[in-house]
Amino acid sequence: MGRSSVPDMATEDLPTLTVQQTRALEAFADTIIPGCKRGADDDAVAGVSATPGAVHAGALDVLRHPATGISDGIAEMADTLDTLARAPGGAGEADQARSFADLPYERRRALVAELTSRANPERDFWFLLALFAYMAYDSSPHRPTAEVMRDAGTGLRAMGFGRPDDDGLWRFPVASYARELAAVHPQTDENGNLP
Amino acid sequence: MTTVDAVVIGSGFGGSISAFHLAEAGASVMVLERGPELGAQDFQHSFEFGSSSTRIFDFTAGDGMSVLAANCVGGGSVVYFAAMPRVPGFIFDRRGSLNRRLWPEAITRESLDPWYDRVARALPVRRHDWDEVSYAGGLWAAMCDHAGHTANPLPSAVDTDLCTNCNWMMAGCTQDAKRSMLLNYLPGARKAGATVRPLHEVQRIERLDDDRYRVHYEEIHPVDYRESVGSGHVDCRVVVVAAGAGATPVLLQRSADGLGELPHAVGRYFSGNGERINVAVIDDDAVGSTLGLRRRPGLAYGANQIGRGPVVSAWDNLDPAAAEFERFAVEQLYFPPGLGTVLADTGEAGGQGWFGLGKKEMLSEWASWLLLFELIEDDNEGVFGAPPERGNAERLSQQLLGRGTLTYRPRASTREAWARADAFVREVITEPGFGTVTPWTNDLVGAYTVHPLASCRIGDDPAISALDDTHELRGHPGIFVVDGSAVPTALTVNPSNTIAALAERAAPHIVERLRSRGVDARYRGTLPTEERA
Ligand SMILES: Cc1cc2nc3c(=O)[nH]c(=O)nc-3n(C[C@H](O)[C@H](O)[C@H](O)COP(=O)(O)OP(=O)(O)OC[C@H]3O[C@@H](n4cnc5c(N)ncnc54)[C@H](O)[C@@H]3O)c2cc1C
Repeated sequence: MGRSSVPDMATEDLPTLTVQQTRALEAFADTIIPGCKRGADDDAVAGVSATPGAVHAGALDVLRHPATGISDGIAEMADTLDTLARAPGGAGEADQARSFADLPYERRRALVAELTSRANPERDFWFLLALFAYMAYDSSPHRPTAEVMRDAGTGLRAMGFGRPDDDGLWRFPVASYARELAAVHPQTDENGNLP
Repeated sequence: MTTVDAVVIGSGFGGSISAFHLAEAGASVMVLERGPELGAQDFQHSFEFGSSSTRIFDFTAGDGMSVLAANCVGGGSVVYFAAMPRVPGFIFDRRGSLNRRLWPEAITRESLDPWYDRVARALPVRRHDWDEVSYAGGLWAAMCDHAGHTANPLPSAVDTDLCTNCNWMMAGCTQDAKRSMLLNYLPGARKAGATVRPLHEVQRIERLDDDRYRVHYEEIHPVDYRESVGSGHVDCRVVVVAAGAGATPVLLQRSADGLGELPHAVGRYFSGNGERINVAVIDDDAVGSTLGLRRRPGLAYGANQIGRGPVVSAWDNLDPAAAEFERFAVEQLYFPPGLGTVLADTGEAGGQGWFGLGKKEMLSEWASWLLLFELIEDDNEGVFGAPPERGNAERLSQQLLGRGTLTYRPRASTREAWARADAFVREVITEPGFGTVTPWTNDLVGAYTVHPLASCRIGDDPAISALDDTHELRGHPGIFVVDGSAVPTALTVNPSNTIAALAERAAPHIVERLRSRGVDARYRGTLPTEERA
């Protein structure tokens, strides 16, 4: 049937990020799905949740992935986050916050809400950044899903997503209460439709 | 130079069914499909970038309306949930806010039933018993019953003997349990001589002379769909446009220079089939004790992930005597993580409950979610803006995500209909204490639809329809539109069965046009025989 085999994703050079840019993007991802700190000196993760969040799940790997179409722009977005955090009258207090990651969680959340709101003409970019950070947690698109399910601490496990069989396919042999749970509409015809 | 009798653009329901009948009639047929070709052995249970779930899927964000659709040979039939109800008869009398009949007089439920019957045999489509209903569908039925309502197992095109209830349907069915076009009409069309060209995206149609058209395409990179790797054209006597309701108007608009003036209704009157999703987080104790449901000891439900999409619908509000916009259905639904959870909202004060700590907590109960899918009668409010330079949308990521030109501003008629359906869901779930219910946020991408319709619709009135009742584009003989864009209104049920039945009904008319253009073709009225890999 001339079906195509699975081609590899295009491999381009991954974007290079400074330590500070990485920190800002991690703080952004941690605002989308917050997690616990990775260590005592982890100041990108705000630490408002007791369990791993988007950063732990690999948000930076997703954001840097060429498939997203935004990897070229994330360094600049990281810088913008820091600039906005410093802006007088902005989300941070000019004398305290030197970067986005310096903001407490509530302030980070307020700024992200503003950036992704309809009122922001540039919301498309921020929404995509938020979407991919979010997906790192809830679907980990940078890795095969069956492999993700072997790691405790990924979002899919925390959500209670079921495990696949050994061949990497999901099956639910028992899937029904198997009894009549409501009367069907009185007008239902022999094909199961309304007239 | 390539010349065929008929070019078919797109290989979903409309395209595959048309290709089959034209090839069976003896015409030479070429199907141009922008997406890749995958089959059961290629489909994967994975959310990974570049796996089948992103290769065959398409999400186009618009202004106030985003469209989810397919991008592969077989089109939406490969990614769909295969719920295949027929449209209730009163829909064909809809008048909308224009207060004019929107469907052609020639089409009623009675006149369409023989065509639905053919689709039912070809796929096949059948009704299901309660032991084939997933836990999620069963729970929805039981709650409806508790509220004094009926609930119906949805007819479907799933072979439940083969189905493993994996709910990976959007990534393609690894079991061939889901009856897609890959298993019937497409192999049938090929057997009758049609050729199918995957990764060929049509850009525009040009009129050559009184009875010939030229279809221009670009060849698409197999991984990075933003890249074109070649281009060409095919000449033909008849063009069947079946690119789906999010794409057909775009490529017709771009063709205006080469075709001449298009009917006013091209790219107008788009309907999202009135869709809206609510998320219920189910209280397991409450449904266990009040409804007597038990999945296993100590667990009544917790089965969001298990099943095969929507399998039960509440149809009590599809009352023919009720006024337009007051009739709606609510189906239970499944959507996988990723696009299926990001729009879920906690409803917390201050808004923007789609992200943050509260959202993480909501996600921790994901297994207890029940998605409710409202299908109201919307008011055809969508309008397409000027087309992008190429393709159907500006592609943002290598696969999957794009930014389109559709604008949608729901009128009060539509908003009030959604409010009524929301109230019904609360009546059935919240009031008896079975769980909390919140609607998906519209803040991020506006409304959204998996059922794009009506953007190039059939009708009797040239002022408000682009196609006559044979699906021929007004003023452009030899161009037919046979896909969801031809369906004039929201349906209150899943649309594929109707798109397929309309394609069956249009086929003899398209063959007739081929004959009038000197092609030795004869409509045979055959149906494809089943193929399984
Ligand atoms: C997740 C999901 C679940 C669904 N579940 C159901 C369900 O249970 N029941 C139901 O009835 N419906 C369901 N649908 C809707 C159903 O898939 C569509 O209504 C149906 O496929 C529309 O058929 P169509 O012929 O209009 O176009 P499509 O099936 O969308 O086919 C159009 C084809 O044209 C191709 N194309 C687009 N542009 C071009 C171009 N420029 N050049 C060449 N090719 C092009 C596309 O890649 C696609 O393959 C679902 C949809 C989704 C997304």
